[in-house]
Amino acid sequence: MSSTLTPSKSGLSEKPLVTPSQPNLVGEFVQETLALTRRLFIQLQRRPSTLAAGIIQPLMWLILFGALFQNAPQGLFGDRISYGQFLGAGVIVFTAFGGALNAGLPVMFDREFGFLNRLLVAPLASRFSIVMASAIFITTLSLIQTAAIVVMSALLGAGLPNAFGLALVAFIVLLLVLGVTGLSLGLAFALPGHIELIAVIFVTNLPLLFASTALVPLSFMPKWLQVVATLNPLSYAIEPIRYLYLHNDWSFSSIIMQAPFGNVSLGGALLILVGFCTLALISIQPLLRRRLA
Amino acid sequence: MAAVFIEKLQKRYGSVEAVKDVSLTVQSGEIFGLLGPNGAGKTTTLRCLCTLTEPDSGTIEVSGISVVDNPRQARQRLGYIAQEVALDKVLTGRELLELQAALYHLPKATAKQRIAEMIDLLGLDEWADKRTGTYSGGLKKRLDLAAGLLHQPDVLVLDEPTVGLDIESRSTVWNFLRRLREAGTTVLITSHYLEEIDALADRVAIIDRGVVIASGTPSELKDRVGGDRITLRIREFSPTDEAQQAKSLLESLPTVQEVIINPAQGNSLNLVVTPNSEALMGVQQALQKAGLPTFGIAQSRPSLDDVYLTATGRTLLDADLAAAGSRDAKAEKKQNMR
Repeated sequence: MSSTLTPSKSGLSEKPLVTPSQPNLVGEFVQETLALTRRLFIQLQRRPSTLAAGIIQPLMWLILFGALFQNAPQGLFGDRISYGQFLGAGVIVFTAFGGALNAGLPVMFDREFGFLNRLLVAPLASRFSIVMASAIFITTLSLIQTAAIVVMSALLGAGLPNAFGLALVAFIVLLLVLGVTGLSLGLAFALPGHIELIAVIFVTNLPLLFASTALVPLSFMPKWLQVVATLNPLSYAIEPIRYLYLHNDWSFSSIIMQAPFGNVSLGGALLILVGFCTLALISIQPLLRRRLA
Repeated sequence: MAAVFIEKLQKRYGSVEAVKDVSLTVQSGEIFGLLGPNGAGKTTTLRCLCTLTEPDSGTIEVSGISVVDNPRQARQRLGYIAQEVALDKVLTGRELLELQAALYHLPKATAKQRIAEMIDLLGLDEWADKRTGTYSGGLKKRLDLAAGLLHQPDVLVLDEPTVGLDIESRSTVWNFLRRLREAGTTVLITSHYLEEIDALADRVAIIDRGVVIASGTPSELKDRVGGDRITLRIREFSPTDEAQQAKSLLESLPTVQEVIINPAQGNSLNLVVTPNSEALMGVQQALQKAGLPTFGIAQSRPSLDDVYLTATGRTLLDADLAAAGSRDAKAEKKQNMR
């Protein structure tokens, strides 16, 4: 410790640097959101293991799980397609979902370590910048993962949707990730600690996967599971992506799923996803307002 | 206008009344100390001041701005240094300061200049570009101080600034706070260390169980208690009956007002005496006459602990120990989480 800590007169007694009389709220919101996002990306850059694991894991799914059903009779999973081709969409959605589900963890740790207090005593334009930064970060991460899976499944022979189809895949992932990230951040503020949050993530993750069309088509399932799977938002992300992969002649009115209650079109699935995302984001508003207002 | 004005602050967590009645005024440019045992309501008071917790009732103003009605403006004027330093260990010191600057919306050029100044001021040059995870406790505190001062707050608020620091770091923090005051910054600190408040504070409020029980300058408070203190040890460890014997002997002296036996200190005797030089001599002569030895004897002015003792009937240390036994660490952690 040095003993020469002398505050200079000029350094400490100037006029306030910030003039609160003319706040540029939008500019300030952008500034704080970017700074918080930058923090998350610096963390990622210095601890790349999360991203590495997030890319390796879905590739393992593709290779290992794909191989598991390699010898299934042709046509079992749909017209003239192999299980590998069938599986790609499920892995994309499951990976994005898992990442988004974990979005609340860093926020929870910030709460527990007191780092969040540093943000809360600062004159933020809006504390929603904290949520915004997480959403930007997780969405970017999911899109990177999705790109890696698309490339890998193309290499494994699953083919590629056309350019517009790929854009639509990205859009679907975006909707799902935004909604789930919102719910996870809501939980991060509602639950008492990271143990509880991890427990919730644990009981949500795999059941939602198995109760969706990620691994097998709807027609494979018993009736009751079909009902559950068609209530599961994940199915409405998986089926459109799968359809885009297998059909280059798609349109928004293409029927992508024969649910017990009727046929679902591509456009219909997208609407349901938009609804899910909106609902999720609206449902956490009162909670965030209470915790962050 | 007062830098900080708190009146009739109340805050309860469930059935616990953390703050019952706290009123205090911090003048611009002074170091104000909030002294009290653990669990007295110091941290809750600061959390209400810094807008981390909403008070149940009462007024809190920073430079005349209500923290409840205008929290953003109040936050701009406050710098808050929490007791536990929370840094992101993956970031470097400079990156943390850059984040902090953006959270206070400093323009880029100003931020760069201020960060350089703060790094220089706190002697962090060598460390600024290393990750905070590699810092020692003292370094972390210095970085936290730099972060708290970056936006040039009117009032720097520090919660137990030297808990857990080594002696050298502690004196560095003390010196730094004194120099801040010289430069005109108002400082509000809490502490349960008497020496810390005695060494730093221009004025002090003593808080116990959520209530301010005394306030003024340290010497005012000590004068108000009156009398000098004599600490007497007959032997290093005196038997109880001998201590009792000495007690009744000394109580009969005209200069001695009160005698308390402290079993925690080997049955040493604490005397309150008339503040003059004969008191000490009188005690020594009386002991000699009775044939009792003297292991150690010292006369002193009353301390802030005596102020606390007079007001509450227990010493700060006792109160601290009692508080430590009855605290629910988990519940407190929950309160402090947002």
